[in-house]
This record gives sequence, structure tokens and C-alpha cells, in this order.
Amino acid sequence: MAYSDKVLDHYNNPRNVGSMDKASTEVGTGIVGAPECGDVMKLQIQVEGDTIVDAKFKTFGCGSAIASSSLATEWIKGKTLDEAMAISNTEIVQELSLPPVKIHCSVLAEDAIKAAVQDFKGKNA
Amino acid sequence: MKTPIYLDYQATTPVDPRVFEAMSPYFTEVFGNAASRSHAYGWNAEQAVDIARETCGKLIGASGKEIVFTSGSTEAINLAIKGAVDMYGSKGKHIVTSLAEHKAVLDTCKHLEKQGCEVTYLKPDGTGRHSAEQVAAAIREDTILVAIMWANNEIGTINPVAEIGKVCKERGVLFFCDGTQAAGKIPVDVQEAGIDLMCVSAHKLYGPKGVGFLYVRRKNPRVRLVAQMDGGGHERGMRSGTLNVPGIVGLGVACKFAMQDLDKDMAHSIGLRERFEKRVFAALDHVYINGDKDHRLPGCSNLSFAYVEGESLVMGISDLAVSSGSACTSASLEPSHVLQSMDVGDELAHSSIRFGFGRFTNEEEVDFAADQVIDAVRKLRELSPLYEMVQEGIDLSTIDWAGH
Repeated sequence: MAYSDKVLDHYNNPRNVGSMDKASTEVGTGIVGAPECGDVMKLQIQVEGDTIVDAKFKTFGCGSAIASSSLATEWIKGKTLDEAMAISNTEIVQELSLPPVKIHCSVLAEDAIKAAVQDFKGKNA
Repeated sequence: MKTPIYLDYQATTPVDPRVFEAMSPYFTEVFGNAASRSHAYGWNAEQAVDIARETCGKLIGASGKEIVFTSGSTEAINLAIKGAVDMYGSKGKHIVTSLAEHKAVLDTCKHLEKQGCEVTYLKPDGTGRHSAEQVAAAIREDTILVAIMWANNEIGTINPVAEIGKVCKERGVLFFCDGTQAAGKIPVDVQEAGIDLMCVSAHKLYGPKGVGFLYVRRKNPRVRLVAQMDGGGHERGMRSGTLNVPGIVGLGVACKFAMQDLDKDMAHSIGLRERFEKRVFAALDHVYINGDKDHRLPGCSNLSFAYVEGESLVMGISDLAVSSGSACTSASLEPSHVLQSMDVGDELAHSSIRFGFGRFTNEEEVDFAADQVIDAVRKLRELSPLYEMVQEGIDLSTIDWAGH
């Protein structure tokens, strides 16, 4: 399968790889997917006020899954929680030129953002 | 060193230059139709086919008269199984096969199920192997055919075919064996193994694509098949169609060199496989061999790299031409049916890569390959939330995953 240049770029130079302190009240953590399905994404956000000041990810999955989550961390940095929640998977599909069989990777990235935001909001409710 | 390095010898092999050379006159000079009886062009073509036929037989301990040339293994499988069911269907409609067979066998069986056959799909053990006892227990009064492969294409596991053949003989059931991966790679003898029908493909043993044969036993018992294609009645009426003379010549010469070089090829492939695995295992933890360590094809190393997804690993080893058992590489999104049948677990099935070594692989390539694998796995594990959790001492099986 041929990958788009952007997928290859994110795969070869993933942005914002890493982990944050799950226990911190400034951090929201989203873990989505399942090992037996072949992809698991962990996306974490650090929030000040209602702005995401930092984001980190780790992904077990195909190149498109890695690229989708890497791109997601780039996009949500500097955004408000509401702006991050508004990111849809179709934007990720477009940006990375994902083929139809890889759309689930973008869905997973969207889910990971939402899960991280919800985790943060839950902690600070 | 030329990249990508070809490490997919179970998918296909390059044509040996000696084979290519032997084939070449049969395209342009000796181009006759082997069925033409009225002139030298035909006689010469027929003579070349006869020589190839004898050599093919010799490779597997059979007579040339028992060889039916086909377009390859898939056609031979269809002819063997459907042809046997059509011929012996009045005796019974039950087939015994394995969940780990190639799709050509499984899909042929599924086709026959729709036409009223009953098929028992045996589950292999954790190494992909079947015992003769398991096969014996599945044979019924109305069983007409057992279809179990000699060696598995994904994991290289070698079945105890001689024991299975003995059981089939005792119970009066035909034994079809897919010999595609075994012939030319390990000693294969249809007499010793009690095989009645066996397919072989040229392109797996350094011959050309698009040609192979079906072995059809002529004595004890004499096996008869109903042809699956109508036409000129070539190949003793079992496979109509003008013979692919250059292909058949190539197949014959490939069989000759396979016999001649068997010990050397085996030692070479086993040496490379061990060298590769030693290097990988010395550098990485949580790597597992899929298949049977003691009964494995010389050139096959199917490894699961836990906590790393197979397709992303294939991307990371872009200088290597390998196959992945991961879901994402195929449109089906299902991981390998072979690994699933062995209960490897979907997670490890998604993390599997098959490395295949052969006649033209060298040590430098193997070392380069191992190092690239090691680097890619390390990099991807840095990215892997699962590896991180395991390092933290979390048992992944206790997590309630949000599946999708």
C-alpha cells in the first residue's frame, strides 16, 4: 500500500511522543482502541484555564494510526477544549489523504481527543 | 547491497538463472505444440515435456506418468479436491481438512459445502501442527478425502504427513497433500508419506510462475479424477489445455536443481534463519516464534513482536520485502487465519511478520535485516502505549479495552 507523504512524515518524525502524569488534575488522558483490534491510542492533554497548552501521544497501530494521533496532538495544542472537541475525523482524513480502509484510524484519533477532554473535565468537575 | 532485500521466499522465489537459461529456447526455437504429432516442432516440444515430467516425478518419489501439469498449485488443488469429490461422491460426501490450510483449499472446500459436501475443519495445536490421531478421529464412514498440507505457508510448520498418510490408508480414505511449500525445500516422498494426490508449484522452487503439477497416484490405489475443464483431453484427460512448454521445462529444471542442491539449500536456509533469530532475540525482549521450532521449513521465520503493530513495523523496515500477518495489510481487516486457528491471540497475530530466506539470500542481507528490525521495533515500542504499560507492570489482560 502506498502511503501519502504526510503519513510517512508523521510516521518517520512523530510529533509530541510521550507521556504525562495521569494523576495530575491539569492532565486529561484518553485511551481508545484495543490490542486485539490492532490499534490503541493514548492521547494526553495538559490544560491551563480552558486552553490545551501541551499534548502527548503514544500509539500502537498501523502507520496511519500513528500519523492520525501525531497530527491530532499538533492540532489541539493551543486550542480551547471546545475547539478541540470540534475536530472531526474527516479533517484528519483529508489532511493525511487516508484511503477508505484507514478511516477508522482517524475516527480513533477523534475519539482519543474527546476521551482526553472528557477525562480532564471529569477530574475538574 | 540491493534494497529492498527480498525476504519473502514463501510468497515466491526468483527464477534461478540456470532455469531461465534452460527455458529460453522453448519460447522462440522449440515453440511447437506438444500435442502436435505430425512434425518435429511438436515432437521436440513433447520430448522436452516428457523429460520434465520424469524429473518432476523424481523430486517427489513418483513416476512421470503420475504427473498432471497445471497452471500452479491453486488449479491443482481445485482439480484434486473437486475432481475427487466428483469421482467418488457416490461413496460419501465428507472431507477432513485443517483450519490452517491455504485459502485455495479452504475456499474449494467451502464451495463444495454449498454443493452438499460436509467438511470437518480440524484445529491445529499451538504450533500449527496436526497429529495423525486427530485426523483419525475425524474420519467417518462417509469420508472420502483428507486434505492436510505438508508445510504451512505462513509459519512453516511441517505436519507429520507420513503418519497421517498411514491413517488414511488404513481407513481407505484418499490423502491430498498441499506440497507447495515443502517440495524442493525438504525431502518429499509420496510413497513414504502415503500420499495419493499432491500439488507442487514451480515458482516456489526457483521456477517460473504460472506452472505447477498435480501428482495423481496410479497404483495402490489408482486414483481417478473428474476433469474440471473441458477441452482437448490433454494430461490423460485430467487437464485440457495446450501445455505451457517453456514453463514446464522450467519447472522440470527447477526440480532437478532442487534435488541436486537440496542438502546445500537446506543447510544454507537453516543457517540464515538461525543467524537472523539469534541476532533479533539477543537485542529484543517479548519476541515470539510462531510455528513449531522442531518441525519448521528451513527458510521460514514467523515472528511476533509484542506491543508493536505489524503494518507499522513493515513501514519501519522499508528496506526489507516481507509479509505481515497483521489485519491492516489486507482489505479484510482480519488477522491471519492461520495464527488465529493456532490461538496465537489477535494481539500477537497483529504483531507478526514472516521472514523468508532462500537460495539467494546471504549473511550480509540477514544481518542488515535483523538490525533494521531491531531499530524499528525499538522505535515503535517507544511509541507504544502497550509497551509502556507493560514496563509499568500493568497486566494488559486486566484492562477493559474500548474496542471499536
